[in-house]
Amino acid sequence: MSEHEVTLTINGERVTRSVEARMLLVHFIREELSLTGTHIGCDTTSCGACTVLLNGKPVKSCTVFAVQADGAEIETIESLAAGGELHPLQEGFWEKHGLQCGYCTPGMIMSAKGFLAEHPNPTENEIRHGILGNLCRCTGYNKIVEAIQYAAEKLQADVGGE
Amino acid sequence: MIPATFDYHAPQSLDEALSLLEQHRGDAKILAGGQSLIPAMRFRLAVPAILVDINQLDDLLYIEEKSDYLAIGAMTREHSLEGSSVVGSAYPLLHDTALVVADPLVRNQATIGGNLAHADPANDHPATMLAYGATVVARGPSGERTIGIDDFFTGLFENAMTDEEILTEIRIPAPAAHSGGAYTKLERKVGDYAISAAAVQLRLDGPSVAEARIGLTNVSPVPMRAKAAEAELVGKVISDAVMEAAGKAAAAECDPSPDLRGGVDYKRDITRVMVKRSIVRAVARAKGGK
Repeated sequence: MSEHEVTLTINGERVTRSVEARMLLVHFIREELSLTGTHIGCDTTSCGACTVLLNGKPVKSCTVFAVQADGAEIETIESLAAGGELHPLQEGFWEKHGLQCGYCTPGMIMSAKGFLAEHPNPTENEIRHGILGNLCRCTGYNKIVEAIQYAAEKLQADVGGE
Repeated sequence: MIPATFDYHAPQSLDEALSLLEQHRGDAKILAGGQSLIPAMRFRLAVPAILVDINQLDDLLYIEEKSDYLAIGAMTREHSLEGSSVVGSAYPLLHDTALVVADPLVRNQATIGGNLAHADPANDHPATMLAYGATVVARGPSGERTIGIDDFFTGLFENAMTDEEILTEIRIPAPAAHSGGAYTKLERKVGDYAISAAAVQLRLDGPSVAEARIGLTNVSPVPMRAKAAEAELVGKVISDAVMEAAGKAAAAECDPSPDLRGGVDYKRDITRVMVKRSIVRAVARAKGGK
């Protein structure tokens, strides 16, 4: 059994912890750093509730070891409402009723954030393809797709306004 | 679910990775994208004593067109294959495949080398590489060797490499003129393994099929080529009857297990349909279509 010192940047903050090699990134985030916005859903690499951005790419944090994230940049749902103001994605989920129970929402939003970074002006089909890795058992997805469309338009308008 | 304990190493070079594998012969497991291995470790289906994480080996991240083949570094992520213009334009069978491996989150981490080396008949790339007649490059303590894909899969989760070797590259022969390929997969839901899937790569000579290779996913204990189905195509002028005969041959020669995804007869019949659909699209592409 090996113990490793891990230093990474999470939501802009640099942290160092000593972890067992077998610790999963999602447990590191929730238990070592007390950032409980990232959820554990299925624990079987199926549902996407634990999605975080790892060096800008959305991944399932239950399927990466914390030690693998040494030196990485991680973003979780807690990074979004900077200064207390909702991110366009959060605003979209609010305005378009993109959630009911909310369990999948942090993963859904982080997945959408990674997706929009690559597809700033997506079609509905592209959005549906982009969130295939995230399961929602409440909404039937239509409202989530609308929420992401809302965010895409808002983000585009913000870029255009600068 | 928490994996059992293990020792972790993250070598910075291929040589360092190889010396770790040699030093811990038989006890070490290579960690590539981890999208199959880590779930298996959480279920304690895999309990490796030592993990050699090769994610630092950026030398293995490339998609390069050579004179007569496409070279893909083993650590290339599925996501990179999806977005690659050369894959999209010249290797449609591979592009089809990369789009349906698991889900987009998994594809950001999962690697093509890991998908093949895992030698799971339920994985998608084995069938595709069988259809392409690809070559695998393995590096070991005594140097590099190439393994033809037909000799690569030796059993369930077993491949022809030794414990001291690392899969470094996959080579796909550049398709000749009038070639086309397609991958068709039926899954219960996104992210599940295929109920059945068929990879077809063929070359037309006028109206008839000059060459054809077909690989099947998740309908046999070891990734398999559907050689009887291929034989139904080669030399024939494409028609509904010929495609049906190929589909039926594949249905007969595959060897599916009953499970939650369906019984044996159902899986055989789906295999027939997957093979036919892939042939239709492969032929259309060989004629210059999408």
